[in-house]
Amino acid sequence: MSAAPLIALENVTKRYGAVTAVDDVSLEIGAGEFFALLGPSGCGKTSLMRLIAGFETPDAGRILIDGQDMAHMPPHARPVNMMFQSYALFPHMSVARNIGFGLVQAGMPRAMIEARVQELLRLVQLEGLGARRPDQLSGGQKQRVALARALARKPRLVLLDEPLGALDRKLREETQFELMRLQRELGAAFMLVTHDQDEAMVMAQRIGVMQAGRIVQAGTARDIYERPASRFVAGFIGEANIFEGVVERVEAGLCSVRLKSGALVETSCPCASGQSVTIAVRPERMLLELMHDDGAANLAGVLLDSAYRGDRQTAQVRLDDGAIVRVARSGFEAASSPERGAKVSLSFAPQAAWVLPE
Amino acid sequence: MKARRSLAERLVLGAPWAWLIVFFLIPFLIVVKISLSEAALAQPPYKPVFDLGDGWEALSKLGELSLSAYAGLADDWLYAQAYLSSLRLAFVSTLCTLALAYPLAYAMARAPLRLRPILVTLAVAPFWTSFLIRVYAWITILRDEGLLNHALLWLGLIAEPLHIFASDAAVVIGIVYSYLPFMVLPLYNAIARQPPELLEAAADLGASPTAAFWRVTVPLSMPGVLAGCLLVFIPAIGEFVIPDLLGGSDTLMIGRTLWVEFFDNRDWPAASAVAVVLLALLLGPMALYERSQMAEAGS
Repeated sequence: MSAAPLIALENVTKRYGAVTAVDDVSLEIGAGEFFALLGPSGCGKTSLMRLIAGFETPDAGRILIDGQDMAHMPPHARPVNMMFQSYALFPHMSVARNIGFGLVQAGMPRAMIEARVQELLRLVQLEGLGARRPDQLSGGQKQRVALARALARKPRLVLLDEPLGALDRKLREETQFELMRLQRELGAAFMLVTHDQDEAMVMAQRIGVMQAGRIVQAGTARDIYERPASRFVAGFIGEANIFEGVVERVEAGLCSVRLKSGALVETSCPCASGQSVTIAVRPERMLLELMHDDGAANLAGVLLDSAYRGDRQTAQVRLDDGAIVRVARSGFEAASSPERGAKVSLSFAPQAAWVLPE
Repeated sequence: MKARRSLAERLVLGAPWAWLIVFFLIPFLIVVKISLSEAALAQPPYKPVFDLGDGWEALSKLGELSLSAYAGLADDWLYAQAYLSSLRLAFVSTLCTLALAYPLAYAMARAPLRLRPILVTLAVAPFWTSFLIRVYAWITILRDEGLLNHALLWLGLIAEPLHIFASDAAVVIGIVYSYLPFMVLPLYNAIARQPPELLEAAADLGASPTAAFWRVTVPLSMPGVLAGCLLVFIPAIGEFVIPDLLGGSDTLMIGRTLWVEFFDNRDWPAASAVAVVLLALLLGPMALYERSQMAEAGS
């Protein structure tokens, strides 16, 4: 990130009674960055967003926008605009007046407001609907009005609270790409709050994963998927098979790990001999083979179930020690698959075994 | 295809109609009929009198009906003045009630959720005491040697007693006090049900709390304002007890005029004509109220 971040959170904490919604969070977001806060419901991501917007005051820590402390800055004086999950459109105003609300508040001359509102209506493809009332709009149209209203004042940071939650799946996918296009064109920083990992991975340049009030990992989608910081992150973003074991020996950059089941696997992650490790392997990096009669496989099990899902085929295998392992491969490759109940052996490349740093 | 209603259904649906016909429509038609009669020194004090015993013969008396009572209303300036004065006092009272009720309703709607039912109960608590007694109580408060003047004199705010009692001001105070709950409740409803995130959205878009109040809260509460104003204005025009107890000899209100015609002058046709014209005047605001209620129900 370049010199000064647009937003800097320093050890921000917010409590509601006995519940700590935001727990000692430090985070920086750069100008023009598309950042996603990803986490399950109740993890504190919406609270964090409301703290930035100024609807809540932190119990501890500082929030800086452009280097300026926001401690005593009421929401209406902050250079951020928010798109509400419920859209929060003013029901007594037309679409045009909703979009122009913030411009009137900024004291912009009327003719300029009208021109800007027309420009925004074009931007969100709602030309000609300026005179409608919010209750005459479809869900997708309301979503666009809410977005246009949040963009009207050309904020440097736009906060989006589950912006696509109320849209159906197809519209949601189209809108994702549209939001990305808008963000690139406008050059504003977007901060997206979502519980949908796909949404975060598709749209954001950087993702912050939240769990119980803390940001447990922040990085690119690739960082988070391939190098998860914890078992929670590995399980929340995509699926992961977790194996626990102890490093037996380290040789030429490869560590041999003796799993609890007795199997011996290898990982290319740096480890020390004797260290207890937790290994995460993504289902699509597991290799599944029919077991031949000699039965000398390392990870042996029985195929519980398999499902053809079009783009991929997934299978569940119960290992001999009872653990369930998920396997996936592309649907195209999976022309034939072993039958349910077949004895199979599993394996993975050392590069596919990620040692969780916890 | 309309399903035939059962007898029980028709009875249930018909009951309100029967009620309205027996206790509203028929008495009203009688009042209209009396207003078209002429005063007479008789029992009842007007003619013609239709006697059901006369059968069809009674219809021959229809020709005796006349608009003379209405002509009398038009001739005498006093009636027009009484109507105008009633409208004026009702209007001023409605505005004062609104000015007092809005902050009250706003505070109630913004109070913590668990306090709100208690506050609503308190707002209607005056109804637990007779209306008449409460208006009487205002006499003791507003008299020249009443509680209010005593308090103001004691505080040194005034040098001599204010003459509020027996004036239009006392009538306005009485109406504002008596009708306040009718204004507070619709306002409270209209404010309390506004989604709180609308105010957050307004703040987010640069509106200070004051600006958000005027641009969001007030416009969204307009249905409540309209309903409350009509609920106060309509009954206040015909109000009799309050001007009679608190008003002065020069306080002119149509409810009092009606009383005088009916009981003092025993001019039933004139009193009935006054009532019919009053109702006609109120049809406009009443239709407005109905429409606002329908619009509310529709949204």
